[in-house]
Amino acid sequence: MSILVLADLHDGQLAGATAHVVAAAKAIGGDIDVLVAGEGVQAAAEAAAKLDGVTKVRVADNAVYAHQLAEPLSALLVELADDYTHVLASASTTGKNVLPRLAALKDVSQLSDVLAVDSADTFKRPIYAGNAVATVKSDDALKVITVRTTGFDAVGEGGSAPVEAVDVVVENSQSSFVKEELAQSDRPELGGAKVVISGGRGMGNGENFKLLDGIADKLGAAIGASRAAVDAGFVPNDMQVGQTGKIVAPELYIAVGISGAIQHLAGMKDSKVIVAINKDDEAPIFQVADYGLVGDLFEILPELESKL
Amino acid sequence: MKVLVAVKRVIDYNVKIRVKADHSDVDLTNVKMAMNPFCEIAVEEAVRLKEKGVATEIVAVTVGPKAAQEQLRTALALGADRAIHIETDERAESLAVAKLLAKVVDEEQPGMVILGKQAIDTDNNQTGQMLAALTNLPQGTFASEVVVDGDKVHVTREIDGGLQTVALTLPAIVTTDLRLNEPRYAKLPDIMKAKKKPMDVKTPADYGVEVASKVSLLKVESPAERKGGVKVASVDELIDKLKNEAKVL
Repeated sequence: MSILVLADLHDGQLAGATAHVVAAAKAIGGDIDVLVAGEGVQAAAEAAAKLDGVTKVRVADNAVYAHQLAEPLSALLVELADDYTHVLASASTTGKNVLPRLAALKDVSQLSDVLAVDSADTFKRPIYAGNAVATVKSDDALKVITVRTTGFDAVGEGGSAPVEAVDVVVENSQSSFVKEELAQSDRPELGGAKVVISGGRGMGNGENFKLLDGIADKLGAAIGASRAAVDAGFVPNDMQVGQTGKIVAPELYIAVGISGAIQHLAGMKDSKVIVAINKDDEAPIFQVADYGLVGDLFEILPELESKL
Repeated sequence: MKVLVAVKRVIDYNVKIRVKADHSDVDLTNVKMAMNPFCEIAVEEAVRLKEKGVATEIVAVTVGPKAAQEQLRTALALGADRAIHIETDERAESLAVAKLLAKVVDEEQPGMVILGKQAIDTDNNQTGQMLAALTNLPQGTFASEVVVDGDKVHVTREIDGGLQTVALTLPAIVTTDLRLNEPRYAKLPDIMKAKKKPMDVKTPADYGVEVASKVSLLKVESPAERKGGVKVASVDELIDKLKNEAKVL
């Protein structure tokens, strides 16, 4: 077994998701190479080399791979894939963008959002918004897989894998980067936070989301939102937790003014402890919440902040 | 230009699904079916491109059982001009669907293909990307804005952490995210007119595509149930429980 892990980058640095994908690769077993592709990514490559269990880091540092556009990145992976039995990436927007393209170019299927490894060819993945878990077996020669990072505990540091350059440079005349608008935040990243506090339509407006700030600061939490809150324009869409947004599994998830639609639950029901604060005691969120508090969030939130 | 839109018949998103007792799959008998929500957004975007004078013809296509013609009729009622039904009762995986769509692209030569970013049944998020690979066209996935500018299309994509805009040469493949638009409802007169619009019925064999896949579904289970929780009466009790019982604070 030889596995290639496509590293996740965030602002050119190695993203936390990569350590989770390496953990999934370890569960499959075999040599684990990490591919770091981008522009100016030597530091990310060195960070990847420290991850426990990594055999080798391969670095493709070239302007054509900047911004991880699907067309050049999948072409690069096609060049490298023959050395491997498995290609893994996190189920981030980059992994989801690139890996299906690679799979089709290699004429194999792709397995999305794998949350458990049964064996080198058998995996578990959620379907129907996480309301069912499918066990699937792939007989393809090359297994192309995106990994749900919350399904695997991140590997630690302590490795010292060799870093080598990949000199494959592909052409890309089909797509070009125009611009990026990233939301600025000092809080932990939603996907990796130990505590997440999310607001829904019940927050009333975007201004009221500030009520969550103080609590988030005290708990070191990331702030999320339901689709209803995003669609109402309260907060930007990268805060959305759910089937079509981010999938989170923190130690503690606090849902404030969120009814608990199926699509939202798909994004957070693997959290260790769920707290629901809602004025409607019939809200479906209470069926999954470990602790529910029925009441007006505008009274509860300030009280909670002052008592933490 | 001609716009091709792919739609899928899926279980209605409001239905609470049940896993079959023998764990072979999800029980779909007598369950309400509908057009996948992301596909509705794809149809809407195509119709808006036509209203802007960018698109000249909209062709809706689906791969699935005979009943999937209902969803094609919905697309026709919403503004598609004609439809292609590739009929199969087999469980068509993304790769097979992408191969069939690639043949349709080859035949129809559209200027743009719009698909939903994922189907809410299999949650794969693969078909658009695979179609782009097989047709060797650029892809603009998870689109929240699509602007055609001469021989290029600017696609603003929803990525982790924000938005990214890419410029793609046409023809291109676009997959829709939720915020691309708000789909309209079909009006009764349009539903009646849609019954008269042309629909070609084909089979995978007509295109020489094998639907069978090398991925087999071994088992479908319900996810681990969460234990019923408790309701607390006050903020103090909540903090106490989180500290001393759950030990997460």
